[in-house]
Amino acid sequence: MVRIIDRRFDSKNKSAVNRQRFMRRFKGQIREAVADAIAGRSIKDLDNGESVSIPSKDLSEPQFHHGRGGIWETVFTGNDQFSSGDQINRPQGGSGSGSGKGKASKDGEGEDDFVFNLSREEFLDVFFDDLALPNLVKTQLARIQEYKSQRAGFTNDGTPANINVVRSLRGALGRRLALASPYQGRLRELQKQIEDLLKCLPEDDPEIVRLKDEIGILRAKIEAIPFIDSFDLRYNNRIKIPKPTTQAVMFCIMDVSGSMDEEKKATAKRFFMLLYLFLTRTYEHIEVVFIRHHTVAKEVNEEDFFHSRESGGTVVSSAIELMKDILHQRYLNGAWNVYGAQASDGDNWENDSPHCRELLSESILPFVQYFAYIEITPGEPQNLWREYEKLVGAHANFAMQHIEGLPDIYPVFRELFKKKLA
Amino acid sequence: MSAKRQKRKQPLPAPGEWTFELIEAYHAEIDRVAREYGLDTYPNQIELITSEQMMDAYSSVGMPVNYHHWSFGKSFLQTEKGYRRGQMGLAYEIVINSNPCIAYLMEENTMTMQALVIAHAAYGHNSFFKGNYLFRQWTNADAIVDYLLFARNYLSECEERYGEEEVELLLDSCHALMNVGVDRYKRPAKLSLTKELTRQRERAEYLQSQVNDLWRTLPAQQIKAQTVEARRFPPEPQENLLYFIEKNAPLLEPWQREVVRIVRKVGQYFFPQRQTQVMNEGWATYWHYTLINTLYDEGLLTDSFMMEFLHSHTNVVYQPGYNEPWYRGLNPYALGFAMWQDIRRICAHPTDEDRYWFPDIAGSDWRETFDFAMRNFKDESFIAQFLSPKIMRDFRLFAILDDDHDAKLKVSAIHDEAGYRKVREILSDNYNLGSREPNLQVWNVDLRGDRSLTLRHQAYLRRPLNGDADEVIKHVARLWGFAVKMEVAHEDGRIEVLHECHQDRRKTDKN
Repeated sequence: MVRIIDRRFDSKNKSAVNRQRFMRRFKGQIREAVADAIAGRSIKDLDNGESVSIPSKDLSEPQFHHGRGGIWETVFTGNDQFSSGDQINRPQGGSGSGSGKGKASKDGEGEDDFVFNLSREEFLDVFFDDLALPNLVKTQLARIQEYKSQRAGFTNDGTPANINVVRSLRGALGRRLALASPYQGRLRELQKQIEDLLKCLPEDDPEIVRLKDEIGILRAKIEAIPFIDSFDLRYNNRIKIPKPTTQAVMFCIMDVSGSMDEEKKATAKRFFMLLYLFLTRTYEHIEVVFIRHHTVAKEVNEEDFFHSRESGGTVVSSAIELMKDILHQRYLNGAWNVYGAQASDGDNWENDSPHCRELLSESILPFVQYFAYIEITPGEPQNLWREYEKLVGAHANFAMQHIEGLPDIYPVFRELFKKKLA
Repeated sequence: MSAKRQKRKQPLPAPGEWTFELIEAYHAEIDRVAREYGLDTYPNQIELITSEQMMDAYSSVGMPVNYHHWSFGKSFLQTEKGYRRGQMGLAYEIVINSNPCIAYLMEENTMTMQALVIAHAAYGHNSFFKGNYLFRQWTNADAIVDYLLFARNYLSECEERYGEEEVELLLDSCHALMNVGVDRYKRPAKLSLTKELTRQRERAEYLQSQVNDLWRTLPAQQIKAQTVEARRFPPEPQENLLYFIEKNAPLLEPWQREVVRIVRKVGQYFFPQRQTQVMNEGWATYWHYTLINTLYDEGLLTDSFMMEFLHSHTNVVYQPGYNEPWYRGLNPYALGFAMWQDIRRICAHPTDEDRYWFPDIAGSDWRETFDFAMRNFKDESFIAQFLSPKIMRDFRLFAILDDDHDAKLKVSAIHDEAGYRKVREILSDNYNLGSREPNLQVWNVDLRGDRSLTLRHQAYLRRPLNGDADEVIKHVARLWGFAVKMEVAHEDGRIEVLHECHQDRRKTDKN
């Protein structure tokens, strides 16, 4: 009569569609909230989603109901002091004076905003909304699916070259043991009987002869079990799985010379993190190479990259050289999408800037999907900017932007990775 | 209690964690006892779900399937927020008035809670759904799930064909009128999926032809002949706004009419629930209490099980007084539970007072009386019929008259000899949808003029409409396609135009 059904593992998020509808309807408000959030908080928080508040009048679902006013007669519980005919002052603020209170509160003044939380994914969705990495489409279209062969246990059929000897023989042995076991039992029984009989009977007693004959038959049967059968054969199984080519390496190059103060570094950091976050949405696997430089460049880990303090002059080309070396050594086997991001205050050693441009143009830009340069400086562009400007026309995959302060980052970021029409 | 204790059995295990075997074992016992009490139910289907799925179910108005709309997403977000912050607990159960009767149990519940919920939902609510006249008249348990499935598929088809936004706007407007989409005094036709499907196209074509006829431009001579008797439309005021629009809105496309119909049908499905809260919740609470106690008396339940059970039960039927901060009006569980218990008391051990107030049921067979009361009443009439002076005293009920012309509130009656009837009358009226909700009518369509639609609010006790009315009128205008006027008929006979929404969809379409 009863059916008990376990639905716990059924598809979750039945109302995911409704949630999306909701988000779409209030896209404008949500976008604003996200933009505010980006301007106001540390980039590290990007992982945390955001709570968005929408004025509740925007999402009211109006219906005909009674409002406050007129005559209402309502029953309450817990009478502790009243008798019929008592006159009572109206309670302030309407609470307690029940008449149509529940309905009337809808028109009341102090209506709260409707607040809800965007998940991290949704937050980033809004954040990255109409962005796409340049040239990405092209790379994906041109990509040839690569497979790699991988072990996947054993199978019952295959080519002789793949026979797994140990597995096959183990199977054969097991089979032989199993098939012979009824005979073996009987054999041991008969031998026991013969031994017992031999104690009191001569060897040629007909009973013993009969037993020996039977033993002979059993032995023959056991031997007739084939040593190895096609049934026993096991083959190594190998399957092909598509090799993920959706991997990217991102080079972060930052100037840590004396002229880059903490604030500029923080700005640069946000830029790198945004780029990283964006790449994580496009690629399955991302490696990040951190190169910092002053007069010499060094590959460092993330901690050192952002936090250790250096000083001295600036030779940007040292970093570009290092990037070139690392790129050519590790990432030029065709399996990597390469992205470069350089942040500097643009204050380079005068004679070095043309060299940087040459390096980029000849040994970096031909190999990367995209190279972005941001110059973080409050004032006029510096000499590096002027050199790099010459690259802009010649290379479609090169972009540069000028950033003055924290609030500029988001718009700049959008500008850099603006969806390009094919 | 103690007499029955003699046939003590091995109690069912009551661990904190439930298992499927235990649920089955408990269900079997509850089922047995329920049959002994003569509860008539639809077959049960018990589904175990996670809290997240429970929130899903909440937001699609408690239905297993429903069409998609942003407002459901909104209510999901609201529920989720409240739940995550611990501001609200989720209901332990949701039960769907369908055949088989689907009851959702949450996996977080302890074994005790699952047993309570099975008794409450799968036997209490279930038998109420099957027996009560409102549910029998207004809903069709066999067809509802199929119908909702049909509705969802139909709406997604519409979305594909006409665009999500178009459908969403239409649904917004329909939802605004959902609570005025019911014929309160007319029986609805039963739902049937096959009928819906086969007749849907027919209906669409027929409707369209009817509507066009209504607006046909007649040759000049005929018009002359007709103006003599100015035709009034609708001939009589209509209370079912959605129905009127579905049948008569001149500019709706056939698919739009079908959507209006779907929203109307779904809204109608919840109509009985709005009118039987006290009865239904009280009934289910009474039965979980009775069934579980019977099992305990048989020795099937452990003491620790009972402690937890009573703890939950007491929370459910808690009724704070008017002056306590958590007072939210009468708790339907508390009032309903008390009333059903009281009816049994009146049947089994009537006092003189009961004999005077309830000569028909005092001393009668309680099961027969229960069955009669459950089948033939709704909150309003149930309270008018069965609220006893004892309950009024126990709850210390009193009535307040709030007239906005008077400076002070007046206590109109309390729980004393002089006030019993008055309190009962007022409480009954508090549950009367007819006086709780505004009385709105489709009053007139200006057939020969600007085709505007006039709605009339028949004011009652000077109660005004709320501030939403202006917005709702816009929705009506969107559906109607022409200007919509809202007027109020005061009790002294004055007619006053409240809102007006000018819209000519044909013109806006051209722009």
